[in-house]
Amino acid sequence: MKELVVISGKGGTGKTSIVGSFAALVERKVLADCDVDAADLHLLLEPRVKHREDFRSSKSAVIDPGRCVQCDKCREVCRYEAISENYVVDKIACEGCGVCVHFCPEEAIKLQENVSGQWFLSDTRFGPLVHAKLGIAEENSGKLVAVVRQNAKLLAEKEGLDLVLVDGAPGIGCPVISSIAGATAVLVVTEPTLSGLHDMKRVVDLAAHFHIPALVCVNKFDLNPELTGQVEDFCRGRKLKLMGRIPYDTVVTKAMVQGKTVVEYSSGLVAKEIEKLWRHISYELAGG
Amino acid sequence: MIIAVASGKGGTGKTTVATNLAMCLASKGQKVQLLDCDVEEPNCHLFLRLSFDTSETISLPVPEVDRNRCTGCGQCGDICQFSAIVCIKDAVLTFPELCHGCGGCSLVCPEGAISEVPREIGIIEKGCANGVHFVHGILKIGEAMSPPLIRQVKKEISLKGTSIIDAPPGTSCPVIEAVKGSDICILVTEPTPFGLNDLVLAIDMVRALGLPHGVVINRADVGDRKVVDYCHQEEIPIVMEIPDDRRIAEGYSRGQLILDSVPEYEEKFGALFENIVALTPSVEVKE
Repeated sequence: MKELVVISGKGGTGKTSIVGSFAALVERKVLADCDVDAADLHLLLEPRVKHREDFRSSKSAVIDPGRCVQCDKCREVCRYEAISENYVVDKIACEGCGVCVHFCPEEAIKLQENVSGQWFLSDTRFGPLVHAKLGIAEENSGKLVAVVRQNAKLLAEKEGLDLVLVDGAPGIGCPVISSIAGATAVLVVTEPTLSGLHDMKRVVDLAAHFHIPALVCVNKFDLNPELTGQVEDFCRGRKLKLMGRIPYDTVVTKAMVQGKTVVEYSSGLVAKEIEKLWRHISYELAGG
Repeated sequence: MIIAVASGKGGTGKTTVATNLAMCLASKGQKVQLLDCDVEEPNCHLFLRLSFDTSETISLPVPEVDRNRCTGCGQCGDICQFSAIVCIKDAVLTFPELCHGCGGCSLVCPEGAISEVPREIGIIEKGCANGVHFVHGILKIGEAMSPPLIRQVKKEISLKGTSIIDAPPGTSCPVIEAVKGSDICILVTEPTPFGLNDLVLAIDMVRALGLPHGVVINRADVGDRKVVDYCHQEEIPIVMEIPDDRRIAEGYSRGQLILDSVPEYEEKFGALFENIVALTPSVEVKE
């Protein structure tokens, strides 16, 4: 089984639109949306949820005011300034480290497990989708990403499917690390802007750090041909394989407004380039 | 006054709004500071002609165990919630990249065998560009924990004048770390289904944090009307609309501010600031 994770460094380069189109083009796969704090893939795929589960991971301290004698020990040991002057824990600032619990002489503090999100197993018109929703102002997005990926892989194994196709998060931090670790390859979707190039370099370095092969695609390449040239020069310098170029076209937004993937909505140039992009990627995934 | 610029969805124009607003205020002679808190992918510096004065390494305290003193009692492993220190039989293992730096293990060790040593998570650079005081954090590649670095960037906030924070995308811990404590949070979105979906999440977040907020709609004439309808329905003020303009997009691709590619925006960013001031009546801008 292969696992391809689509990432970008910079947000808004077109990851989800491309994954949506791949969903329509590729047979025998499980889809996974690992952008758990701003998931959008479901807007194109209209999932019917078959199974949902609470995600419990984060903990936070709770002080029992009946037992608290206001000795201030908890405020002394807390490094996150999470306990107020009147001994109430700020759930958002609390890291759940439990140091206050240990040192409270009155045993007035407990660590409570929070439901910090939900994950779903759904059916879509293009096959199964595993996705999630992180609770508002919750942490541990990396662990929720790991849960989504693991369930997508289990499902692929169970159904005998060959591919897990993952929509990743922007950035290079916790959720991105969690979504690429151990994957077959990543597809970096970038755009010809200084920010796109800068952010792509960092995410390519991240993939190299974890020894994951990186494939590259330049979206909206005709917005600035000179910068597209710089992106491609960078790829050649780093021996990264260029998988395709997609032109800028308002058809991408129009398809999104209709809740459709680009390849369903149109058979124009963008759709043709995405098809070509997938052919190149599947050749690479098959072992080049 | 502290103004945070955030968004649920990435690539909607946070950096554009933050940098142009900062330069616009500076050109009027106001005291202004710009803090790039998107430490995973900081971009503000690409749009400013900066000269950096200082660079500082930022670290988290992680445990180091003195094997001669350790008796293998296991109390350190018991208190650690993150499996960053574990005791197997009588050997103690540490996993520094999992450590949140809470200090519990060193406090609890009865033998005084655990000290804390710094582990580098990134750097902070400071500089100046045409009157804007600038600070950004750069997270080390492979490092998962960005909130402690964001916290350090925010320690540079000056309480005089206006401080503008460019936040990372999303709605989880790094974003919360970046926007909390600000006087107002400006959410930048685009009028598309993805933009709306992620705006709703971001609005839930700023409401949970109790932050005053307003919305900037970028590329305001693409997509559909649903973002505008949502804002009206929820009585969320729209503080600025930026139309889709090829000149802006091309300038952006080269690292150019809107103020430079379309100079009439000077006035529009001035109006944005006035709208922000009107939404934060109790906040005094100290000179």
